[in-house]
Amino acid sequence: MKIHEYQAKDILRRYDVAVPEGIVCHSPDEAAEAFQKLGAPLSVVKAQIHAGGRGKGGGVKLVKSAEEARAAAEAIMAKPLVTHQTGPEGQPVKTLLVEKGSDIDRELYVGIAMDRDSARPVMMASSEGGMDIEEVAATTPEKIIKAPIDPQAGLRAYHARYLAKAIGIPDGQIKTAIKFLRSLAQAFLDTDASLAEINPLVLTKQGDVLALDAKMNFDDNGLYRHPDIVEMRDLAEEDPAEVEAGDAGLSYINLDGNIGCLVNGAGLAMATMDIIKLHGGEPANFLDVGGGATPEQVAHAFQIILRDDKVKGILVNIFGGILRCTTLAKGICQAVKEVSLNVPLVVRLEGTEVEEGRKILENSGLPITTATDMTDAANKIVRLVS
Amino acid sequence: MSILIDKNTKVLVQGITGSAGKFHAEQMIGYGTQIVGGVTPGKGGSSCLDRPVFDTVREAVEETGADASVVYVPPPFAAEAIIEAMEAGIRLCVAITEGIPVMDMAKVRDAMRGSSMRLVGPNCPGVITPDECKIGIMPGYIHRKGKVGVLSRSGTLTYEAVWQVSALGHGQSTCVGIGGDPINGTNFIDVLELFNEDPETEGVVMIGEIGGTAEEEAAEWIQSNMKKPVAAFIAGQTAPPGKRMGHAGAIISGGSGKAADKIAALERAGVPVAKSPADMGRTLVEHMKG
Repeated sequence: MKIHEYQAKDILRRYDVAVPEGIVCHSPDEAAEAFQKLGAPLSVVKAQIHAGGRGKGGGVKLVKSAEEARAAAEAIMAKPLVTHQTGPEGQPVKTLLVEKGSDIDRELYVGIAMDRDSARPVMMASSEGGMDIEEVAATTPEKIIKAPIDPQAGLRAYHARYLAKAIGIPDGQIKTAIKFLRSLAQAFLDTDASLAEINPLVLTKQGDVLALDAKMNFDDNGLYRHPDIVEMRDLAEEDPAEVEAGDAGLSYINLDGNIGCLVNGAGLAMATMDIIKLHGGEPANFLDVGGGATPEQVAHAFQIILRDDKVKGILVNIFGGILRCTTLAKGICQAVKEVSLNVPLVVRLEGTEVEEGRKILENSGLPITTATDMTDAANKIVRLVS
Repeated sequence: MSILIDKNTKVLVQGITGSAGKFHAEQMIGYGTQIVGGVTPGKGGSSCLDRPVFDTVREAVEETGADASVVYVPPPFAAEAIIEAMEAGIRLCVAITEGIPVMDMAKVRDAMRGSSMRLVGPNCPGVITPDECKIGIMPGYIHRKGKVGVLSRSGTLTYEAVWQVSALGHGQSTCVGIGGDPINGTNFIDVLELFNEDPETEGVVMIGEIGGTAEEEAAEWIQSNMKKPVAAFIAGQTAPPGKRMGHAGAIISGGSGKAADKIAALERAGVPVAKSPADMGRTLVEHMKG
C-alpha cells in the first residue's frame, strides 16, 4: 500500500526523524493561510499524489508570499498532474503540502528496502541526492553504500556511522545523522514498511539533517496490525476496479489489451497473459481468483472484467487442484446468465473433476467455446476477437 | 530415491483443527502420507482424523517421532509456528500459509541462522514424491512416479508442468514449490543441488517468474555445477513494471526482476526456456533426448 508524502512525514515525526515544518491544505486559500502561519520568507507548495516525478511535472513550486502560495496552489490544482509515473491522463491533485523552505547546503539520498538475498531490510545511502536513484544505481553503482538492518535490533550505531561517513556527512553533523538514520530504520521496522525513501535527505546550513521528501510503501500482508496506516489509504489514487476486486478477495490488475483473463493462481495467471501475447493477442487484465474461489467470486470476477470497455473476449484458464472444475463450471454458468455476456468466451478446464465440469458447460446451452489445452485456448480466443 | 521426502517421512500438521489444515490433512492421509499427529495450541489431548492433537510441536515430536511438519497456521501466528518447529528438532518444515508479513519472515530467517531445519515456502503448494508422500495442497492424482524433478515459485503453474510431463509419458521424482513470497526458506539453487545428487532424478523443469534475481543466480549455478538437463519457463513476460502480480514477490522494480533478463541468463547457461507455458514439459523432454 502507498501513502502520500505528508502522511509518511507524519509517521516519521512520531519516530523523531526530522522533517520540515509543514501544513496540509486542500485549497488555494488554505495554502495562502499556511504560508502566513509558517512565517518563513520562503515556502514550498507540493502536490500530494502517489506518483513520483512531481517536481519535473510542475507539482512543486517555491513561493515567497501568501499571494504566490495561492497562485501556485491554483496552478497545481487546476488540472491533473502528469508525471512519468501517472500516464498521460495524469492524476487530479486534491491535497497540497505547504512547507517551510530549508537553507540547503547539500542533498543526499537514503532509502530502505527488503533485500531478498540477505532476508533483511537493507539501508542504501548515496551522496547523489535529489536524483533518480535507479539511474545512479545503473551508471555509478559504487556511489550507493549499503548496510543491513537487523530485524530485531534495528540499524546498529556503527552501521549508521559507516553510512554517514561514506556519503560525506561532515564530522559536526555525524551524531545528528546517526540518530536520523537509526530512527528511520526503526520507523521502517515498526510499520511493516516495504519501502522508505528520503530523496533528498538534506544538510542545512544551520546544521540540521532533514527529510525534505519522504516516500513510504507498506507490505499489504502486514497491514492487519496497523489500522492507523490503513486509514491513510487514498482510494482516489487507485484503480477502482482493482479496489473492488481486492474487496471481493480477487487479485486484479488492469492492462491495455482486449482479451479479459480469469485464472486460478498467480503464476498461471501471468502465464496465461504470456500465451495470449505469444499467439498475437493482448491481455486486458491479470486476474487470479485464488485457490478457494466460490461461484459468487467467479461471477464477481466476470462483472469486473466486463466493465472494462476494451474487453472484446474472455479466456478462462483453470487448473483445478483444490478448486474443483465443477465448482468453477457452475460459477461460469451462473455468471454468464447474470451478466448478459456479449463477447466470446473460451474456457479451458483441467484438473480435479474435469469431465463433470466440461459436461456442465456443454449441457448449459450457453455460448461457451471449450478448449483442450492452453495453446488451443489462446488460439481460439485470439481468433474470436480479431 | 527422491529428495526431501519419501514413504518413511513422518509428518505433523501444524494447525490441524483449522478448516484448511483438516481438509488437507485428510487429503494427505488419503494419498498415503504418514500423518502422525497434529498441533493446535489449546487442543492438546484431543484427536483429529484419528490422529493425536498436541499443544506444542515439542510434545508432538517426543510422542510421535515426527521429522517433518506442514504449517496451515493463519498468517499472524505462522512465523512463530515455523520457529517452534525448528526448536522442536523438525528436519523439514513446509509452510503453506499465504499472507505472512515479510518482516515476520525476515525474523524467521534470522532465528534460523545456524539451524539445520530446511524450510520450504511459505506461500507454496508444498512437496510431493509421487506414490510415497505428499506434504501440501497439490492435487495428488496428477502426479506419477518417474525421473523428472519439478521446481517452481508458482502453485497452479507447477500443476500445469506436472500435467504436461505426465501427459508425455514421464513421471516425477519429486516436485517442490518454493513459494511466491520475496523472503522464503528454500531457493532454486538449494533444490537444484538436491536434484543434482539424487540418482532417481534425470532432468529438471524449473519454473520462475518476474521479481528478484533468484533465476539469474540459479542460471549461474547451473552453468558451473549442474550435471543434468534443466529446462525452464519464466512467467510474467507481459507484466507491466511496478505492479504486484498476485504473488508478493512478483514485481518488476527499478529495471530488475524482468522476465527478459531471466530468460537471457538461463539461455546463456545452456538452459532451454519454453516460449509458451504449454511447452514446459516438451522443452525438457526434448532437452533430455539431447
